[in-house]
Amino acid sequence: MELSGAEIVVQALKDEGVEYVFGYPGGAVLHIYDALFKHQAFKHILVRHEQGAVHAADGYARATGKPGVALVTSGPGATNAVTGLATAHMDSIPVIVISGQVPTPVIGSDAFQEVDTVGITRPCTKHNFLVKDPRKLAETFRKAFYLATTGRPGPILIDIPKDVTDPNVKVTYEYPKTMKLRSYNPAQKGHLGQIKKAIELLLKAKRPMVYTGGGVILGNASQALTDLVQHMNLPITQTLMGLGSYPSTNKQFLGMLGMHGTYEANMAMHECDVLLAIGVRFDDRVTAKISQFCPDAAIIHIDIDPSSISKNVRVDVPIVGPVNSVLKEILKLIKAESWQPDIAVQTQWWNQIDIWRSKQCLNYNRDSDSIKPQFAIETLYKVSNGDLYVTSDVGQHQMFTAQFYKFTQPRRWINSGGLGTMGYGLPAAMGVQIAHPDKPVACVSGEASILMCIQELATCKQHDLPIKIILLNNGYMGMVRQWQEMFYGSRYSHSYVEALPDFVKIAESFGHVGMRLKDPKDLETAMREAFTMKDRLVFMDIQVDSTENVYPMIAMGKGHHEMHLAPELA
Amino acid sequence: MRHIISLLLENESGALSRVAGLFSARGYNIEALTVAPTEDPTLSRTTLVTTGNEDVIEQIKKQLNKLIDVVKLQDLAESPHIERELMLVKVRAEKDDRPELMRLSEIFRARVIDVTEISYVIELTGTGEKLDAFLSAVPEGLITEVVRSGPSGISRGPKGLTV
Repeated sequence: MELSGAEIVVQALKDEGVEYVFGYPGGAVLHIYDALFKHQAFKHILVRHEQGAVHAADGYARATGKPGVALVTSGPGATNAVTGLATAHMDSIPVIVISGQVPTPVIGSDAFQEVDTVGITRPCTKHNFLVKDPRKLAETFRKAFYLATTGRPGPILIDIPKDVTDPNVKVTYEYPKTMKLRSYNPAQKGHLGQIKKAIELLLKAKRPMVYTGGGVILGNASQALTDLVQHMNLPITQTLMGLGSYPSTNKQFLGMLGMHGTYEANMAMHECDVLLAIGVRFDDRVTAKISQFCPDAAIIHIDIDPSSISKNVRVDVPIVGPVNSVLKEILKLIKAESWQPDIAVQTQWWNQIDIWRSKQCLNYNRDSDSIKPQFAIETLYKVSNGDLYVTSDVGQHQMFTAQFYKFTQPRRWINSGGLGTMGYGLPAAMGVQIAHPDKPVACVSGEASILMCIQELATCKQHDLPIKIILLNNGYMGMVRQWQEMFYGSRYSHSYVEALPDFVKIAESFGHVGMRLKDPKDLETAMREAFTMKDRLVFMDIQVDSTENVYPMIAMGKGHHEMHLAPELA
Repeated sequence: MRHIISLLLENESGALSRVAGLFSARGYNIEALTVAPTEDPTLSRTTLVTTGNEDVIEQIKKQLNKLIDVVKLQDLAESPHIERELMLVKVRAEKDDRPELMRLSEIFRARVIDVTEISYVIELTGTGEKLDAFLSAVPEGLITEVVRSGPSGISRGPKGLTV
């Protein structure tokens, strides 16, 4: 088949089974857009800012497990995509970004809308390519999808100069069916000897603890994890990225751990004697003070990425491999040993955990006249029966959602954990809603975060995306305000947003429904009403208590056992 | 501790900047870096010298291996190996200085490869220590310019770093 470079881009995406491309046209990608116009091989979602395109592709990928695709032009199109790439990179999300570039003869001449895109994106992609020959396009696309979706997933950028997509230059097109790279061989299974060592530790443990992260979701290992944890009656905690891979409604779940984790999860981490860490990277928000991290524990760490192992915390039994197959292998071998739990030992550990639990560290004032942000999330959980895709932005609202919305399935809780990108929530929700048009999708946000990508309300209108925006509006950059209150003597330096827009009018001006809520008594009815509007985007501006803080909290430089509890509990 | 790490890299544009960028982005030390194509034109061979404690070196190797363009990696410091570095030194060589410079060159098995009425260029190969020793042996004030290649390394014995 003889195709132009632009046609190859379209055909390769089709051959990869791509259903949606999130994009924004511009000079350097006009040949590609022209090929799109003629072929219509997949649906193109026109966004309003390139950052939104990449976040939407990222949200689509997180909600489906399939790679998300974004198409942007050169120069500012590419630089606007950088925040999206870095977000996907930190959370290991398979995203393919195709960027236009100035024609090869003028690369390096500071041409109009020229920027060194592969240079800029090198540290925030898993890999990137500059394709200078249309005959290399097909192979590069196959490589890009292969790299993005295998091993530890991640974003890949393909930079294509305009002359490479010239409609008048036709080359032979053949899409490679398989791909093998001599320099890239992700582990296919865990080392059996290491797995046996891990089992030995687990079976001997008196105070075991399981700590899991986004890797379990990315590795589609939720079932295997649940089976193992329940078979051995293990207590389990999860990171922000891991929520949903084990049902949070189950009694063995101790809640999230780390800086805003529960008292019981953090105390159990501190006191455990064997820690099983799965698909995690020992991030600083999770470990708290490294030198005090799990002081008594032998640590087993399962991860697909060897460089995650012993990076921040030295582990005793590393297992490099796909978490799903390793967890299945562990359970199979444990069952084969016909292991019986020592009930007395287990009971003692669970009794201790129940004592920590009885602190009820997430309690808040439920009799308040103003809407508490925690109450808003609890109401969202109640109204949606826990069956909801939830995206969030970054800050207090994100932590409240992680603490109070009980996720029971993987790929339902979608937020920027690693990079902490304000502005992520709305465009990510677009990707989720496009992936699951018949499912309810909510974006929990704050009045500061939402303004960072507010323009995407237009995309939602154009493509009929009935997202429910749950805006916890406290008038402050809440998390900044909380740190200033706790660690900066209540000097609220520039964290108060003095000139807030009327969000109801904003929503309406974009063609959506806006609501403003002030009274806790009205909240449930209003939320129910919002969710009955199945074909409308509803923007709920919920005026919450402006001084509420997220508790528990571990201050920087403190250990898991040194939490700040809510003042009424401390 | 000092480590000398050999890499086989895909000979593609940008591969070297991925290696260099990794060191700057993660704050690792890089003392020397050499790179050139091999007998297989699709591969280039890199030798880099870095320092760090055991944990840091382990991370450096894992992070390097994670780069898609890195085909093979070997930590030469782990087993017997040979290191050589090339140095070119331009010295002021007026009549009175010449006998001493010639003697030194002979002792260090260096070669004079360029001569003018007032200067020499001396070529010298060896380990970094040997090159250091030569430089400190040259009488004070005579050195005009020093160019060092950074070390290249290879393991001893029959086994090679190949694809």
